[in-house]
Parts: sequence; structure tokens; C-alpha cells
Amino acid sequence: MTQPTTVRGRPKAAAGRKARRGSRVSLLLIALPGVLYLLINNYIPMFGLFIAFKNYSYSKGVFGSDWCGLRNFRFLFISNDAWVITRNTILYNLVFIFLGTAIAVCYAILLFELGERLRARFFQSALLFPHLISWVVSAYLVYALLGTENGFINNTVLPLLGREGVDWYTSKSYWPAIITIVYMWKHAGYNAIVYMSSIAGIDKGIFEAAEIDGAGKLKQIWYITIPMLKPTIIIMMLMAAGRVFYSDFGLFYQIPMDSGQLFSVTQTIDTYVYRGLMQEGGNISLSAAAGFYQSILGFLLIMTVNGLVKKVNPENALF
Amino acid sequence: MTKTREGGIVTVSTLVLGILTVFTVFPLVLMVIASLTDENTLIINGYALIPEKWSLEAYRYLAKQAFMVGRSYLVTIGTTVFGTVISLVLTTSVAYPMARNSFPYRNILSFFVYFTMLFNGGIVPSYIMWTQIFHIKNTYAALVFPNLLMAAFNIFLIRNYYRNSIPESLYEAAELDGATELQIFGRIILPLSVPVVSTAGLFTGLTYWNSWTNALYYVTDPQYFGIQNLLMRIMKNIEYLRTGAADLAAEGTVATLPGNSIRMALAVVGILPILLVYPFVQKFFIKGIVVGAVKG
Repeated sequence: MTQPTTVRGRPKAAAGRKARRGSRVSLLLIALPGVLYLLINNYIPMFGLFIAFKNYSYSKGVFGSDWCGLRNFRFLFISNDAWVITRNTILYNLVFIFLGTAIAVCYAILLFELGERLRARFFQSALLFPHLISWVVSAYLVYALLGTENGFINNTVLPLLGREGVDWYTSKSYWPAIITIVYMWKHAGYNAIVYMSSIAGIDKGIFEAAEIDGAGKLKQIWYITIPMLKPTIIIMMLMAAGRVFYSDFGLFYQIPMDSGQLFSVTQTIDTYVYRGLMQEGGNISLSAAAGFYQSILGFLLIMTVNGLVKKVNPENALF
Repeated sequence: MTKTREGGIVTVSTLVLGILTVFTVFPLVLMVIASLTDENTLIINGYALIPEKWSLEAYRYLAKQAFMVGRSYLVTIGTTVFGTVISLVLTTSVAYPMARNSFPYRNILSFFVYFTMLFNGGIVPSYIMWTQIFHIKNTYAALVFPNLLMAAFNIFLIRNYYRNSIPESLYEAAELDGATELQIFGRIILPLSVPVVSTAGLFTGLTYWNSWTNALYYVTDPQYFGIQNLLMRIMKNIEYLRTGAADLAAEGTVATLPGNSIRMALAVVGILPILLVYPFVQKFFIKGIVVGAVKG
């Protein structure tokens, strides 16, 4: 910041200082609109978290509503809901992290083995495409398969196997699997891209040396590719672990079509907060309490995970 | 020996990925075929790969309802264009000072942005703020402003580009020539960062095109529904399509409304733009994912 001024002599240095102050002010002004937006959209709601400790009523407003201490939390945790939504949110995330990583790494390795062939590009495009489809349209696609009356599975697949149709949207035992499959369908192709770029970064000489030593493709994958991918895998898994208290609202709200009979296996913290806030007969105070609980635990977890990431590989730490 | 081995892994890869690709694409193919299936065939046989009777009736019906469908289409296009443009202006203008070595507050600014990735107030306080303070319920602003406008991911994507891909000497040379910060930013840096800004624009545009949560929270009046929210509404209630046009209500009864194929036809219309653009932009898209993942 202060290097060249002395070379240029005194009058110029003064001018330089003035110019620098001017530039500092203009840079602040350039950043201002975006900063204001983040202040409003992101920071004000953080301070708004205190409504979890109030008996919120729309007529009295945020500041007029009465304080009620921990009452909202007591009600939340007395009910079975807190346990169900926490369990669902965390368990689904754990399955997504472990199974999702395994599938994405497999995708990446298989795609990489195809090299520059045209079909590699075709497969990659096809596998990535679901990531670009909205959850609303995804729900339509799942409905085309699982609809009780018209669905492809009930009308074509199950009769072929000689089995009766299933009322999918009310049978909760299937949903953990359905949710997981839909998640993989939508995100595995996306996550594979990250691993592919990692594999592409491995020094080709290592593979050549292994080949000369007589290692087959499988051995090369097992002893070179996977160990070389390990740092990326660990970082990606840790980053995902930092967000296990959050769930993808669209996946859990749209795909089960808001079906009440499935709540015990599809309700997560995010859908619970939404339903309390927006749906008739909902309880906004319980929503606020659940949201507070999610924000605080989520924050503590992400800080912990960031500490771990820093230990594994400081370059990938968030800060 | 090694030749056949290599051939082996290629065959296996092709086979496994081929099967997975078929499974991945299958629901989309089914949706398109269902939209082209005769309604009675659908009721009897369900959605099938090779329908007994094809029909364009669903699309004909949508064409008749062009007002409602076209309207929500325009809402989505408008939201996407406005949202993306405003987003890019805000995002690049926050990223620029963060990238300038001569800016003494750049670290504070970076942390200010980072922190939004670590901690958030959640939907309840946001909802109360947007509805009670800004009164955005049932406005077009509700579709554009809450939540979607600035993603920290994009801010860092662009900041990293400004910092790493544009040589520091360029900034210094411009300063020596007496250019103001606004001139450096607008005339030199922005034109040089077209690739990364378009990548961020691609991500943002896709987010807006696919967004439905803002309307879910902040809109009850269907005139503000974009295509996604129209789709949501129609999934719950196919009858909704006819409420939009009273003159059509006289034409037929509930039984003749090709509800099942219309649903799928409308979903096809909803993802058509993405399908059309995808082949041309996927390269940027993939590059963006890679760059962003390396360091958010």
C-alpha cells in the first residue's frame, strides 16, 4: 500500500495519498449496494432469531409480542416432533454423504476411464442434467413413475413381475429408499464432476510407471486413483458434514407431494419450520424455536468442521 | 495384453454408465411420451413407453389456454432476467473491492460475506421481515428480492477471478494513468471478466428459472405465479387450469379435460428452455462447478 510513493517525491506523495483516499471512498461506494442487500437479506434475520423466545402474534408485531422465555422450546421438545425431524434430517444427510460420495467417485472413475471418447461427454451430460431440473418438475417425473392410478411402476413394472400395485404416496416404508434414489439421481452427476477434475489432476507418469510394473487397470484404480482422491473425498465429506442440520426443502416437500401420511419419514427441520409458519393451524412460535435450534446447532457444527478441515488441509478451510 | 485389459475397463465403463444413463433419462422420456398420449389410453394403461394411441390434445389444450400459460411463462422470464441482471451488478460490485489489494477493508468485507455462509436466521425472521417491514406479499418484487439475489458462492467465484486471473500490473497501470476506481472496474475489469461473469449469470439464471419457494412464501395471488408455481398448483388441482378461462368451461365437463396428459405437457413446456440451452452452455457450467468447488 505504501511502496512507490517515496520514490516519486513529496508533492506527488501528497497527491498520491489524496488519490488513495479517493479510491478508498469509491471502492466503498461500489461495494455499498451489495453490502446493503446482505445486511437486509442475511443479517437482519440473524438478529430476528430472538423471536424464538417470544409468544409471537402478528397483531402485536416483533417488538410488541410478549417474551415467554424457553416456553416455545419446552413445547417443541416435549412433543415427539423435535426428535423425528432431527433424526430424519441427520440420518438422510448421513446416507447422502456416504452413499453419495461412493456413487459420485464411481461415476468419476468410470467416466475418466472413457477418456476423450464422445460417449464420455454424452454420459456426463446426461448424468448432470437432473441437477438442472427444478424440484417441481422432478416431483412430476417421480409422479409419472409412482402415481397410484397412472404411474409407470404400478401399470407396467409391477404387473410384469406379477405383483399388485402399491399406493406409493401413503406407504411410508418405501420412502427412505425413494428419497435417497431421487437425491442420487439429482446430485450424483454434479458431485462426480468435482472428483473427475481431481482425477484429471493426477500425474499421468504414476499410471504409466504402474503399468510398466504390470499393474492392471483395477489395481491402478485401487492403489493410485482412490488414494490420490482421498484428500478431496475427505474435504468434500467434511464440508457436507457441516450441513447435516440442513435439508433440501424441495426434495422433502415436493417429491412426497406434501403427503401427511409420510411425515414420519419425510419431515425434516426445514419442512417442519415451513409447515408451522405457513400452513393453516401451524404454530409460528414452534417454527421459530425449531429454526433457532437449527441455526445455532448448524453454526456450531460448521465451526467445528471448519476446524477439522483446517487440520486436514488448511487451503480448503472456509476461513 | 494391456490392450485387451484397457478394452475391458472401457467396456465395463460404457456398460455401467450406459445403464445408469438410461435410468437417469428414463423419467424424462416417459414425461414427454405421456404428454403425447391420448387421455383415455392414459386412464386405462397409465403412463407407458409405447402408448396405444398418440395424441396432441394436451398441447392443443395448452395452446387454447395460452393466456394463463403464457402469462406465467412471462412472469418466469421477467423474474429470471431482472433477477440475473440485478444479481450480477451487485455481485460483481461487491467482489471488485474484495479483490483490490489497495482496499484496506477488503478482509472485513470478505468476512462479512463469508459469515452469511456460516450462520443464518432461517425463514421465520426472514418471512416476518419481508412481509411486515417491506410488505412484499403479492408483488413481483417478492419473486426477485428475498434470498436469491446474492450467493456467496458467486461472489467468491468472481473475486477469485479478479484476483488471480487479472494481473496486478493492469490495475497499477490504470491507476498511473489517472483512472478512477469506477473507470477501472467498468472499462477494464468487467470487460476482461466476461467468462466468469457469464458463468455466475448462468448459475443465477438457472436458480431463478427453477425457483418456486419465494412464491410459495410470499405470493397467494395466482397472477404472480411463474411457470414452476403454476405447475405446483396444477399438480394439486388440474381444475385450476379451467378457472382461468370461463369461456372454456362451457366447452366440456371434468371428464373431457385431458388432465393427466396436460400435466405432463406443461412440465415439458417448463423445462423446454433448459433442454434447448443445455447443449450450448454445459461446458461453462461444468467449468464453473470445478472452479467453485476448489475453493468456495
